[in-house]
Amino acid sequence: MQRIIKNGQLIDESWHLLPKDATLDGIPNCDDLIVPLGLWVEHSTALKARDGGLGVWLDAGEEIEEIADQLDNFQVIALNFPAFTDGRHTSTAYLLRNRYGYKGEVRAIGDVLRDQLFSYLRVGFDAFALREDKDPLDALKAFEEFSEVYQASTDQPLPLFRRRA
Amino acid sequence: MYVYDQYDQKIVEDRVKQYRDQTRRYLAGELSGEEFRPLRLQNGLYIQRFAPMLRVAVPYGLMSSAQVRMMAKIARDYDKGYAHISTRQNVQFNWPDLEDVPDILAELATVQMHAIQTSGNCIRNTTTDQFAGVAKDEIIDPRPWCEIIRQWSTFHPEFTHLPRKFKIAVNGAVSDRAAIEVHDIGLEAVQNDAGELGFRVSVGGGLGRTPIVGSFINEFLPWQHLISYLDAILRVYNRYGRRDNKYKARIKILVKALTPEVFAERVNAEWVHLKDGPTTLTEAEVARVAAHFIDPSYKALDDQDAALAALDAEHPGFARWRQRNTFAHKKPGYVAVTLSLKPTGVAPGDVTDKQFDAIADLADRYSFGEVRNSHNQNIILADVEQAQLFTLWGELRENGFATPNVGLLTDIICCPGGDFCSLANAKSIPIAEAIQRRFDDLDYLFDIGNIDLNISGCMNACGHHHVGHIGILGVDKKGQEFYQVSLGGSAGRDASLAQILGPSFAEADMADVIDKIVKVYVERRTEEESFLDTFRRIGVDPFKERVYAANH
Repeated sequence: MQRIIKNGQLIDESWHLLPKDATLDGIPNCDDLIVPLGLWVEHSTALKARDGGLGVWLDAGEEIEEIADQLDNFQVIALNFPAFTDGRHTSTAYLLRNRYGYKGEVRAIGDVLRDQLFSYLRVGFDAFALREDKDPLDALKAFEEFSEVYQASTDQPLPLFRRRA
Repeated sequence: MYVYDQYDQKIVEDRVKQYRDQTRRYLAGELSGEEFRPLRLQNGLYIQRFAPMLRVAVPYGLMSSAQVRMMAKIARDYDKGYAHISTRQNVQFNWPDLEDVPDILAELATVQMHAIQTSGNCIRNTTTDQFAGVAKDEIIDPRPWCEIIRQWSTFHPEFTHLPRKFKIAVNGAVSDRAAIEVHDIGLEAVQNDAGELGFRVSVGGGLGRTPIVGSFINEFLPWQHLISYLDAILRVYNRYGRRDNKYKARIKILVKALTPEVFAERVNAEWVHLKDGPTTLTEAEVARVAAHFIDPSYKALDDQDAALAALDAEHPGFARWRQRNTFAHKKPGYVAVTLSLKPTGVAPGDVTDKQFDAIADLADRYSFGEVRNSHNQNIILADVEQAQLFTLWGELRENGFATPNVGLLTDIICCPGGDFCSLANAKSIPIAEAIQRRFDDLDYLFDIGNIDLNISGCMNACGHHHVGHIGILGVDKKGQEFYQVSLGGSAGRDASLAQILGPSFAEADMADVIDKIVKVYVERRTEEESFLDTFRRIGVDPFKERVYAANH
């Protein structure tokens, strides 16, 4: 079983991530599922009627505005990085936390590597499913790499210039 | 200049540790080459033709003498005894070992320097006028704003993996010596009718494959909102800039596709959420940063016009040098001096370790211990007493910095080209040298007057060939190096992009081609008309006819 980083700790993965082309056929009623955005848009009523937990995932080109008024339905919003060099979802995570007030889990999925985690944490991700060939224990060190930051973001509402002693 | 406090220092030291560990993991095989590449690039480390190249950040071109001495030390201890001033005011080392870079960074951190974000798809070093703070035509000192932008952009968590590189330039003078309109964002510090400070904001300028002059999308952004507005622009770009094709990924392509008007609307729609939030700049912060850029303790002096004129009469070489290599200073009795890094036979912008040490000493003795790198790849002593100018000239001659060619045809902007750079299609340094050798008659050079001649070894345009009055671009034709010539570019306030003259030329013909172009200008100019003026008046055809006539 994959382990993910959640709130700075390693935990066993309990969610099942459905692929982008998933359909409603054979979806279990009780499992905790993270469904692709397209499936949610097509079948939100059916998905809401299930007993299991519900999350949604967005690919890099998909916009959070599409579900901004439906966020209450999701315990998890997962944002996919097709490549770690694709930074689009750092803006999405920021918007989720700061513009849309989302309090549930915001999870980084896809090409998620240690050296991006510090900035991901800053913008509002609190869960990280590291790429499977990487050691999540090693990646935990990323959170301690910087002890001070200049900008305001989700983790630090005040820029350094408002905090300098 | 800006001096780090404990926070700035901690961030840079944390960065050294982080990069040391990234290098260790790469060498241990824990990071693949592909995974390490963006990490080393965001630290300015390229893998080049023969060795890595390390680009050290020189924020807005400003260095203390201690920092200049560190450049000398690194060139000596980790490189082959020289370094290169880049067209973005940074310093590049051509031969460091990848394994040594963490140690180099640790040395840099001891003098408040780093290589953060000097490459990669992130916000790069903010550049400005090399005469900031001393120019007579300055309205607002851009340096505090550059430093505020530096801090905001350093490890910005949301904008570390943009579609492409991102360059910001700031100008605060009547003339634009920072070429702001060919930057991703150009900021012009201005005052409104009420005397309040703000910025005119240009976006989407840039060189490279698709050169475009930027569009002004905000005529007056009050200074308090600078950071929130930059956040808004960057967020729109980060989300909607193209990522499918690296050649179409710069913000200029997005601005063009949307139109500047629609792009501005998108930015404003984003900005309404951010405006007046915690990133709103405070008077206290601006005052804190600006306090680092107050005037040094200038003496109360008078201009030395008569004494200097007498020296001119006695020493024609001094007169020539003074005419080209000095720049009027806002304070009576002072002058800014440009050290030409363009003597014939030296790659434009190259400086040896001994020369760095000499520059540091000169800065301490003549110019309050500071220097500036210019985007024209020269070094400036900004605060020299006019009464010491003649003595300084003597010292500059001894060190090879007194070539009286600033702004002339031989003051060539030139990228490292195919001799060093693995992106290049063609060499650029030998072309510069051939032209410098052809134009070795100083009287003729002075008669020709101001010409920006810019050479890039490939279409990435590090040598800014699009905005040269004469631009030269190295191209590859079936494995052979050829050179395309363009005319009429300008990086100034009247920014324009050069027009291609016609089919490209072989390396051996380049000096002849430039010679013919210059001759057309000399024959056709009216009195007091610069090369650019003549070109704009007569157009490209007379030049074309002359240059290609010989081929028939």
